[in-house]
Amino acid sequence: MSHPRPAARRFLPLSAALALALSGVQTAAAQTTLSALFMKQAAYSEADVRAMTAAFQKANPGIVVNLEFVPYEGLREKTVAAQASGGYDVVLFDVIWPAEYAKNGFLQDVTGRVNKADVPKIFPGAWTTVQLGNRYYGLPWILDTKYLFYNTAMLKKAGIGAPPRTMEELLAQARIIKQKGLARYPIVSSWSQAEALVADYTMYVSAFGGQFLDAAGQPAFNTGGGLRALEFMVQTVKEGLTNPNSREYLEEDVRRVFSGGQAAFALNWTYMYALTQDKKESKVVGQVGIVPAPGARGGAKVSAVNGSMGLGITAGSKNPDAAWKYISYLTSRPVQEQYAKLSLPIWKASYSSPAVTRGQEAVVKAAGASIGAMYPRPVVPQYQEVSTILQKALQRALLGQVSPEAALDDAARQVAALK
Amino acid sequence: MSRVGTAGERHAALTRGRAPGTLTRRESRVAWVMLLPVLIVVLGAVGYPLLRTLYLSFTDARLMAFTQAPPWVGLSNYAQALQSPAFQAATGRTALFVVASVGLEVLLGVLAALLLNQRFYGRALARALLIVPLALPTVVNAIMWRWIYNPEYGALNALLTQWHLLPEYRSWLGDPGSAMTMLIVADVWKNFPLVAIVALSALQLMDRALYEAADIDGAGAWTRFWRITWPGILPVLSVAIVLRTIEAVKVFDLVFVMTRGGPADSTKTLSLLVFEQGFGFLRSGVGAAYAYLVVAISAVLIALYLTLLRRQAAP
Repeated sequence: MSHPRPAARRFLPLSAALALALSGVQTAAAQTTLSALFMKQAAYSEADVRAMTAAFQKANPGIVVNLEFVPYEGLREKTVAAQASGGYDVVLFDVIWPAEYAKNGFLQDVTGRVNKADVPKIFPGAWTTVQLGNRYYGLPWILDTKYLFYNTAMLKKAGIGAPPRTMEELLAQARIIKQKGLARYPIVSSWSQAEALVADYTMYVSAFGGQFLDAAGQPAFNTGGGLRALEFMVQTVKEGLTNPNSREYLEEDVRRVFSGGQAAFALNWTYMYALTQDKKESKVVGQVGIVPAPGARGGAKVSAVNGSMGLGITAGSKNPDAAWKYISYLTSRPVQEQYAKLSLPIWKASYSSPAVTRGQEAVVKAAGASIGAMYPRPVVPQYQEVSTILQKALQRALLGQVSPEAALDDAARQVAALK
Repeated sequence: MSRVGTAGERHAALTRGRAPGTLTRRESRVAWVMLLPVLIVVLGAVGYPLLRTLYLSFTDARLMAFTQAPPWVGLSNYAQALQSPAFQAATGRTALFVVASVGLEVLLGVLAALLLNQRFYGRALARALLIVPLALPTVVNAIMWRWIYNPEYGALNALLTQWHLLPEYRSWLGDPGSAMTMLIVADVWKNFPLVAIVALSALQLMDRALYEAADIDGAGAWTRFWRITWPGILPVLSVAIVLRTIEAVKVFDLVFVMTRGGPADSTKTLSLLVFEQGFGFLRSGVGAAYAYLVVAISAVLIALYLTLLRRQAAP
């Protein structure tokens, strides 16, 4: 294809739209066009998704998939805003949304389509991403949790033999690294006023054995492990162990700081590992360790947050059969094993496959312990409101505006008052 | 040979017997017919959503493809908004943003216009450069300032530490004490050129004779500015002020890109609250009521401005 001349360039969108409309009219009978919405960051890269889709189209000549990529922060809004107009057939969704999506009828119930023989072959943590009660609203695709990444060179210089297994050890090691001047702020986290902060908090809640809601569905995060989790986070900021800029960081900022060799410890999703081993992206190639996030004395052995994502068919989709074919393909074992560098498969058997483990033995080993410990964020239809309340409360405590106890008590009151 | 009149004479001839600018009934009919297509488009594209939003604001509508009419709740969405501490706090933040950013934009804009109205070498280039911030899309501007404020390698930190004004790099957008100020700076940088261009155009139309007369009367620079320049540019400037105020009240993209309302809600302005209710919590009814309250606040402010400015401009 030749490049358009500059003069013609401004007409390109119009002519492209026209061509698209015409081609849609001409080939409607022969061809099915799907629109799919993905995210730009973490897990599979845009290039990976494009490659998978190209392979799918080759294998299914009648189906064309139009891809759209948006930042995670825009994924839910895009899906929600498009559902009335039927804008997408396939959408990627986060583990925290199915309750809301199902309640409001955004996604098709695909319980009848799920192959029951596959159920035991896929991790239960992955299934919770797409399940509400005993109904299925899609297929799990990304199986993810936060891990503890550490700079092996810094730990060695500090005379530390093994990475921390508990939060208490993490604190002790971070103090040593700070004292020896190896890193000004040894820990970096994504604690911006965003979902990333709640994901981190969830991990700490799981470490300290807390819970979000009690058996009666009432807020319980302001007591016990939930409170200790926030107290721990605040303590690391007060001692100058966690980088204070964390309070404006998202995951990509954490990756940049850690990859720049400025931090000894970082909490982040699986995708960061491969990128820390890429010379173009990282100054710490060959010096990165990955282990399950620490547990806590008297709490859990390891901590983890369920950060999985699934693919579903929108309620307004006119091509559910083709859409199902597409998501079945993307979530299939061979495809997942081929692209396992940025996101680990949902299939249990994949973890012993050399195609998956080669070059990332440490990641797979950590995943072995973490996947079983993945802790869920509250499964409620008003999750967005709960999360918004929590984000503000956590930030207020992290910024030292109020005590952790006061912040969480206030948040618990607000959550309890939600209708 | 017939005499060719000036444009003014011809206009006078055409409108003889009527107040200038009024049309005959026939002309008026033609005008309405010509305007009809545009009116239909405007009513459809602007009027319908406005009325629909107004309707939704009296209901408990949720953001979903509803099949039956959402329950009517009367004014309760408005009552809830006005009583909500979050709404009140956001109104205060928005007011701060509007006053500070529009105020600074007018100050800087008028100063820049006065400077650019002088003759100096490179004036054409300086005037052209003034357009650059204005030409940037808001989102691009927001991303650019986020880089400038970056706590690890941002230009602002580098500049201030090299000039020894700041002992060490710090977080600007992660600190509730500075985040709003930083947003205002980003907004002022992008938008003061609009005020400057408008003010400059007004300055160029000023009658030099007024200044000469003032000189003869012995008026100083300060008196000349307040007695001649300011009243002279004010009518034109008021348009820019009203435009900027409307934009500032509904500020969204700048905040959404730079802080998403954080840290700890310190930059959560009214539009973010509307977005949060409507798209975050799926409460279209509440979101619509919030949106209409924002419109009402803008309307009151604009009416106030226009009255004040008119009173000032009238000698």
